[in-house]
Amino acid sequence: MIDSPVLERVLSEALRHGGEFAEVFAEDRSTSSALLDDGRVEELSSGRERGAGIRVVTGETTGFAHTADLTEEGLLRAAEAASAVARSGGGGTRTVAVGPLGATAPGGQGTGRPAPSSGSKADTLALLQRADEAARASGDAISQVQAGCGASRRQVLIANSDGLLARDEQARTRFSVSCVAVGDTGLQTGFETAARTLGFELFDEVSVEELARLAANRALSKLSARPAPSGELPVVLAGGSGGILFHEACGHGLEADHIVKDASVYTGMVGQQVASPLVTLVDDGTVGSEWGTFAIDDEGRPAQRNVLIDQGVLTDYLWDYLRARKEGRVSSGNGRRQTYQHLPMVRMTNTFLLPGEEDADEIVAQTPRGVYVAKLGGGQVNTTTGDFVFGTTEAYLIEGGRITEPLRDANLIGNGPEILKRVDAVATDFAMTPGTCGKDGQSVPVGCGQATLRVTGVTIGGTAE
Amino acid sequence: MSTVIEESGARGEEGRVPDDLLALADRVAGWARSGEEVEVYVARGHETEVRAYDGEVESLTSASSAGIGIRVVADHRLGFAWAGSLDESVLGEALDEARDNASFATPDEHVRLAVPDGVAAVPVDLWDERLAEVPTTEKVALALALEAQARGADPRIRQVNAADYGDASVEVALVSTTGIRASSRRTSGYLSVGVIAGDGEASQTGGGFSVGRGFDGLDPDRATEDAVTRAVRLLGATKGPSGRSTVVFDRRVASTLLSVVSSALSGEAVAKGRSFFAGRLGEQVGDPVLTLVDDPTDPRAYGAAAFDAEGLACRRNVLVDAGVLRGFLYDTVSGSRAGTASTGSAVRGGFAGTPGPGCRALTLAPGREGHDEAGVLAAVGEGLFVQSVTGVHSGVNPISGDFSVGAEGLMIRDGRLAEPVREITVASTLQRILQSLVAVGADLEWLPGIAAGQTLAVGDMQVSGV
Repeated sequence: MIDSPVLERVLSEALRHGGEFAEVFAEDRSTSSALLDDGRVEELSSGRERGAGIRVVTGETTGFAHTADLTEEGLLRAAEAASAVARSGGGGTRTVAVGPLGATAPGGQGTGRPAPSSGSKADTLALLQRADEAARASGDAISQVQAGCGASRRQVLIANSDGLLARDEQARTRFSVSCVAVGDTGLQTGFETAARTLGFELFDEVSVEELARLAANRALSKLSARPAPSGELPVVLAGGSGGILFHEACGHGLEADHIVKDASVYTGMVGQQVASPLVTLVDDGTVGSEWGTFAIDDEGRPAQRNVLIDQGVLTDYLWDYLRARKEGRVSSGNGRRQTYQHLPMVRMTNTFLLPGEEDADEIVAQTPRGVYVAKLGGGQVNTTTGDFVFGTTEAYLIEGGRITEPLRDANLIGNGPEILKRVDAVATDFAMTPGTCGKDGQSVPVGCGQATLRVTGVTIGGTAE
Repeated sequence: MSTVIEESGARGEEGRVPDDLLALADRVAGWARSGEEVEVYVARGHETEVRAYDGEVESLTSASSAGIGIRVVADHRLGFAWAGSLDESVLGEALDEARDNASFATPDEHVRLAVPDGVAAVPVDLWDERLAEVPTTEKVALALALEAQARGADPRIRQVNAADYGDASVEVALVSTTGIRASSRRTSGYLSVGVIAGDGEASQTGGGFSVGRGFDGLDPDRATEDAVTRAVRLLGATKGPSGRSTVVFDRRVASTLLSVVSSALSGEAVAKGRSFFAGRLGEQVGDPVLTLVDDPTDPRAYGAAAFDAEGLACRRNVLVDAGVLRGFLYDTVSGSRAGTASTGSAVRGGFAGTPGPGCRALTLAPGREGHDEAGVLAAVGEGLFVQSVTGVHSGVNPISGDFSVGAEGLMIRDGRLAEPVREITVASTLQRILQSLVAVGADLEWLPGIAAGQTLAVGDMQVSGV
């Protein structure tokens, strides 16, 4: 994308007015999407975006500028703008040398896999049609189906004044189906998605018909659903139901940007028992082709496996370059940004609870009364107070150790440190699910994973008294 | 301040500012082949963002961006492509890609581009000429002052985790081969602050902001006071009690709720059976106190605009009148599908998005005179006051109407705010909420987003706590 001598001159320019660190993050991203809705192929969309973000760090201050102009002149202008914050600093000439090229990724995520393949538009539409048919065939009450497929290719190049030069090419593909079912009680919805850090190979691993049936059945089952209970009950979360519990209950609270500002309930708790001994929580950007996987993060640091909670004991936080530097340590490979137009932040990758030893069915059987959550939607957390919510999109009552009636959608609410201590059973049936994590206006792909587990008490926000 | 000159329809005199943008859009639209309709949307913007922390600038962002979005319709089939640049090299590429994409779509008689409908645009002045003249040092100073003010506002404030200044200017030109030719420009500015109040062990958070069309008039006092009040009054909060309750939503929360309701008023959602309002036109869908109007021609509205995202004049649309469902919002395609016309309600998320119907400036008809927040609380007597909600995206479904959100706020006793509560949920259905409105505030406040804020009291909601 940009030659090394140009990068060196741009980095030198960025530090001309002072500053301790400068970085160029260049990105060339193309996206394509296709949408089948209401029985019609409604819209194919293609997009292309290229540009670079340049940052200069001076003391506690970061200057940032971005440009879509990747010529040397354009980059120098952005470097000049980013260095404006360093004006008061010492200045002087500093020569920057970058390279050799670090974590390069021939044909993908640095794992030696073959280059990701692209599907033709016609192939993509055929998948959408198959999903539409499968969803509609799931029941007469299915009144509407929307199927979408999105693919992106992202080449990134990162160079910084420490001499780092790294490159990666990331391919991601996502397929989703959403259904509406109509019945006496009104409308209900069901949604299912598959997403991997892959090209069209996603469809070697995923059956679009199966996704469509899952989405359709989710909507259909809720037509006869009763209002969710309100108040505190034991909750069993199915394996692969979302894993969002940990993403919200503690994942965000372990991001170092919140920690260094004392804006997390987990500040100062490393070494302490913060969860049930059944909880071992890992964030790992290297896992297979999961949605949150990459070879290098958006600061050029290789992805790595980070154990955050080990048998209930808090072991570490998640770090990006800036927060790690402040603490005199190295980044944990969690510096990510949505596009070149954004500053990197501490972000999760694939965050998951290691499986336990119990049998999933047995956990349900040993729950006299509670709620069984087969699928979760999104969630949200206030990292300072630890209060968080997560929503169900498929849930049932547990009565007498058996899964019985379906429940309408509701949010559950809890406090992170309290809920983590209430995990009293973890099964072996581990599975990951993809999600989109939003923070401070930036969205990045993440994975969440867990086996079937039980929390002894969570407040369920239903309408039943 | 200058008046923006914008026009649509006839190819007359040009919009004053983005002449070069209009010229570019004209040129690309001129590449249309016979038998195809082409719409070109070109946007260019500049933004500055300053974040202050602990007496220093944590980050300063200065950036420009530009891009193009092209829709091609041929044989009733639509294709779209965009590029995050206005480089000559990408323009033809984007048009070719949109054209190719169109060839794969299913033919649909309703698919078409907007044509001028004779409705005259109401000019709105959204441009602050002075913004471009404000030196960055003044913006930095304002962010630092905001942070310092919030830090010193109350001894119980133990942290200011974000204090931001931001501004943006955006210019847009829209040209189509079907006779649309419109341009617009807007500036905006904001201050936003997040504080943490500490009281021994427990912490509580609060956020405040001030928004405007530019730099002048941004009010750090107001942003600070809002944030500090919200955080401090929650100190000592415990998990609230469960039960049926009347719930009073503060103006910010009410604005969020109205925004969700608005997606069920989209003519596209209705036509596709994705709205609980489908098939209910003319029916009583809410309490008679409920009158909902979307009016982007009101210059006070944050989302005010002269033109919609297809270049038609924005207009006032009455959606619910005294509880009776009167209309939906349409863009050109959804209007055609419903056998009616566009209501000038197309919105889009910049050059990388395609238009669809949506609100810009939704308001409730104000309730009884004197019904500000205190007035509504006094009228309600006993209940729960909610100052913020969480999980709106995961717990409110505008298709089924299911409604369940996390909440924090204060109990209402004897018509006044009492002890704080947290970690509770508030649940109902959107259908029942509209039927159970107890009071609408007369305290309309224009907030950032697509709906105004008014204190709202809703009866018979289920609260889940201890």
